[in-house]
Amino acid sequence: MTAATESVRAAFARATEVGAGRSALNILLYADQNGALERAAELDRAPTGGALEGRPVVLKDNIATLSLPTTCGSRILEGYVSPFEATATRRLRDAGAVVIGKSNMDEFAMGSSTENSAFGPTRNPLAPDRVPGGSSGGSAAAVASGIARIALGSETGGSVRQPAAFCGIVGVKPTYGRVSRYGLVAFASSLDQIGVFGQRVDDAAACLGVIAGADLLDSTCAPEPVPDYRAASRDGVRGLVIGRPVEYFPAELDGRIREKCDAAFARLAGLGAEVRDVSLPHSRLAIEVYYIIAPAEASSNLARFDGARYGLRIEGDGLRGMYEATRSRGFGAEVTRRILLGTYVLSAGYYDAYYRKAQQVRALIARDFQQVFASGVDLLFTPTTPTTAFPIGSKSDPYEMYLSDVFTCTANLAGVPAMSQPIGRIDGLPVGGQFIAPHFAERRMFAAAYALEAALGEEAGR
Amino acid sequence: MTTGDGRRTTGDGRQTTGDGRQTTGDGRQTTGDGRRLTDDTRRTTGDGPTATGEFEMVVGLEVHVQLKTATKIFCRCSTDFGAPPNVNTCPVCLALPGALPVLNDHAVELAIRAALALGCEIQTTSIFARKNYFYPDLPKGYQISQFDRPVATNGRLRIVVREGDAPIDIGITRAHLEEDAGKSIHDRFPSATAVDLNRTGVPLLEIVSEPDLRGSEAAAAYLRALKQILEYVDVSDVSMEEGSLRVDANVSARRFGDERLGTKTEVKNLNSFSAVARALEVEFARQCAILARGGRVEQQTMLWDERAEEVRPARSKEGSHDYRYFPEPDLPPLVVSPDRVERIRAALPELPSARRDRYRRDYSTLTEYDIGVLTSSAAVGDYFEQLASGSGDAKTAANWLMGEVLAALKSTGRGITSFPVRPDALSTLLHMVRDGTVSHSAAKQIFGIMIATRDAPTQIAEREGLLKVTDDSALVRWIDEVFSEHPDEAKRFVAGERRLQGVFVGHVMKRSGGSADPKRVNQLLVSRTAGT
Repeated sequence: MTAATESVRAAFARATEVGAGRSALNILLYADQNGALERAAELDRAPTGGALEGRPVVLKDNIATLSLPTTCGSRILEGYVSPFEATATRRLRDAGAVVIGKSNMDEFAMGSSTENSAFGPTRNPLAPDRVPGGSSGGSAAAVASGIARIALGSETGGSVRQPAAFCGIVGVKPTYGRVSRYGLVAFASSLDQIGVFGQRVDDAAACLGVIAGADLLDSTCAPEPVPDYRAASRDGVRGLVIGRPVEYFPAELDGRIREKCDAAFARLAGLGAEVRDVSLPHSRLAIEVYYIIAPAEASSNLARFDGARYGLRIEGDGLRGMYEATRSRGFGAEVTRRILLGTYVLSAGYYDAYYRKAQQVRALIARDFQQVFASGVDLLFTPTTPTTAFPIGSKSDPYEMYLSDVFTCTANLAGVPAMSQPIGRIDGLPVGGQFIAPHFAERRMFAAAYALEAALGEEAGR
Repeated sequence: MTTGDGRRTTGDGRQTTGDGRQTTGDGRQTTGDGRRLTDDTRRTTGDGPTATGEFEMVVGLEVHVQLKTATKIFCRCSTDFGAPPNVNTCPVCLALPGALPVLNDHAVELAIRAALALGCEIQTTSIFARKNYFYPDLPKGYQISQFDRPVATNGRLRIVVREGDAPIDIGITRAHLEEDAGKSIHDRFPSATAVDLNRTGVPLLEIVSEPDLRGSEAAAAYLRALKQILEYVDVSDVSMEEGSLRVDANVSARRFGDERLGTKTEVKNLNSFSAVARALEVEFARQCAILARGGRVEQQTMLWDERAEEVRPARSKEGSHDYRYFPEPDLPPLVVSPDRVERIRAALPELPSARRDRYRRDYSTLTEYDIGVLTSSAAVGDYFEQLASGSGDAKTAANWLMGEVLAALKSTGRGITSFPVRPDALSTLLHMVRDGTVSHSAAKQIFGIMIATRDAPTQIAEREGLLKVTDDSALVRWIDEVFSEHPDEAKRFVAGERRLQGVFVGHVMKRSGGSADPKRVNQLLVSRTAGT
């Protein structure tokens, strides 16, 4: 037995130890120990020298894999196994990574707590009565509990960064178009992007380097060359201008979160960065805009789950009856709510007032970022979330839940890269700080993240 | 007033409608005539003759053309027609979770070529949009189409409604790219619908005309002209039978002289050009009857029932769908550089009207009718031109092509490009006729054998003994033989009954299998008569 096999064995041992199964933390929906061990043995026999050689990886359940089901945490896809794999999955495997399981998630990535999974909520490994965040809560929990050092999630409005913050790990949402969406089950196509979790900044940098880059199967995937993100560890922040957008530090922000951010700013300044107050005035409209555009696209993207070709099918009275029975039984409450909302905002007579208007405001939000970055600001730093991980079942009002994404969804609307990393703890619960960078400036973002991680050391509260 | 506003909102396109009628100004005569003519037709065909007389038919056509690409518009599946059900499918056209569309650039190329042939402006940036509706043969639950920003706008198609009429220009509002849906088969299983997704994602160009057509004849003329031009630029098989050309017709009725357009209905399920014409007449008559008794036409979708020769409203108000169009986020805007447009324009083949002009110039012996037939398709024209230059006689080439060749094509159902007798071989045959090597009737026989064997005409003529026989000894023997078979007529002929000469020439020709030289036979027969 050698390296790959040892890592994979350790991952499964750890999963058992922390209770990753459905009855406990409910982190992994599907796992394939034998398959993973076989693959590891192969790698040990004939090493490929890939960047992630022998490293166990967990994938969110909405990223297509050949060996395991891809069900998006939904009844409607229960048992569905994809006949093709996502480009990101293939690139991970080609780089020597071993897929050990598929992680729990809010159904179709709609949620901020992983409570909306049809297969039960995931618990935060650091505080099992609390949520891990969402929608990529399972992947975040897998990394936080030490099952794997890296995992893939997906972002539409903060679904990687917010759970990374709640679980005390690193979470990266790349530039829209940086990673192929081929094989990522669509929620809101103009916002969706596969993201990466890492225990440390370096894990995330290594993983993103493997999955990023042009893909002919995704027309929205960018041709820009992929720099060596890990090399950013040597770049430092000296001379960088780091913006502090005032809208992300509102008066009502939890004072303890503000303090952690201020401490991070102080560290960055100490390393030679210049901290400057800036304004992104349209960001305050982001939640409203997001909750028009994302459901609109979702209402269309989820139309394919109709019982005709695959997944759940419940017979009813005629074709319409079959559609109604299948979709009302197959989709959970939050998904249904968003499909209805999205259908409404695209309807004749409402399109201009909602969807078109939201697109216009989205353009203004994006322009704010452009202008700030054009004014000589290199990066922005903000809190990732307005709160720390909240207790399971504590947010019954959907709008209150939506506010979890208030600091994150702007980056999705603008298409810019952003990442969260731990910057301390409050009452034992992790606090995340967020860097936001211009389009395709991930390397600069990683440089700052590496520097801050090193400067905070134990203070980050990992 | 409403029309006025409407015109402005629809932009230039509508303008054509407005002008269309006024410009037809010099053509006003024609249109006027045309109106009366169509009106007359209606009197004989429509079932409300007194009602229809006061109204004019206004038609706009939406034509879906299947573009001739090897693979589908958003994936690499084959577009082959006739494969077993659901064989030409993949994760993309099956709409499996996580699959994404990638635009087939060849479809774009063909769309631009077609649009340029129709005089359209090509938009530098056009946008794909999702048209959302649920149906089992639409796997994604939406069709990727183009909505408010189509790839081409503002074209025109010149048509001649009836032979001899002045040509008129029909405005083309827009042409846009979209994907086809699959096929639902309702009559295959007793209590279920079968779905074949082979056709899902086949590229279509939807060509929308202005409501510039007046009457069913004009609609049919438009469709013929459209089919012809699309064949010329080789972008589609344009076969209604195979579904590579599909037509939906918008039709309304209004009183002559009325500026406003009436409420239209959309007629679907039209399976041939003649069905289009008949359905329009029937629907128009229905609308006229409503209007004549002071009623109002309801905007709705009508289905043509070919067997019953009637239209009936589509079930479930198909026309009242809210398709919730929005820009397709999986595809970036389609950007077509002006350079590319010019490259495609420069490579456009000669269009039908230009070819007709050239024939008028270059082949003075041809009639307008000849030119119409010879330019009916680019392939027929190409064949003709090779035959005309090879044989050195355009008129004879035209006669052979329009007679023997087209008849043979019709009986075999083959296209001219795969016709076994190529123009060079046929030219040789025409030369043989002209220099007297074979008779005209022998040439027809040889032609028949050429179709079957693809052998050279000289070879066939020798093998089958069809070379013209000018040797007097053979001719005299055949004359003797037919004389002895018809002794009475022979006696009368020899006695001077000259009108029997033709009969005997015929007998001799027949006996010779067409190889006798009729001129020499005549001379020899004359030498037998009493007068000599």
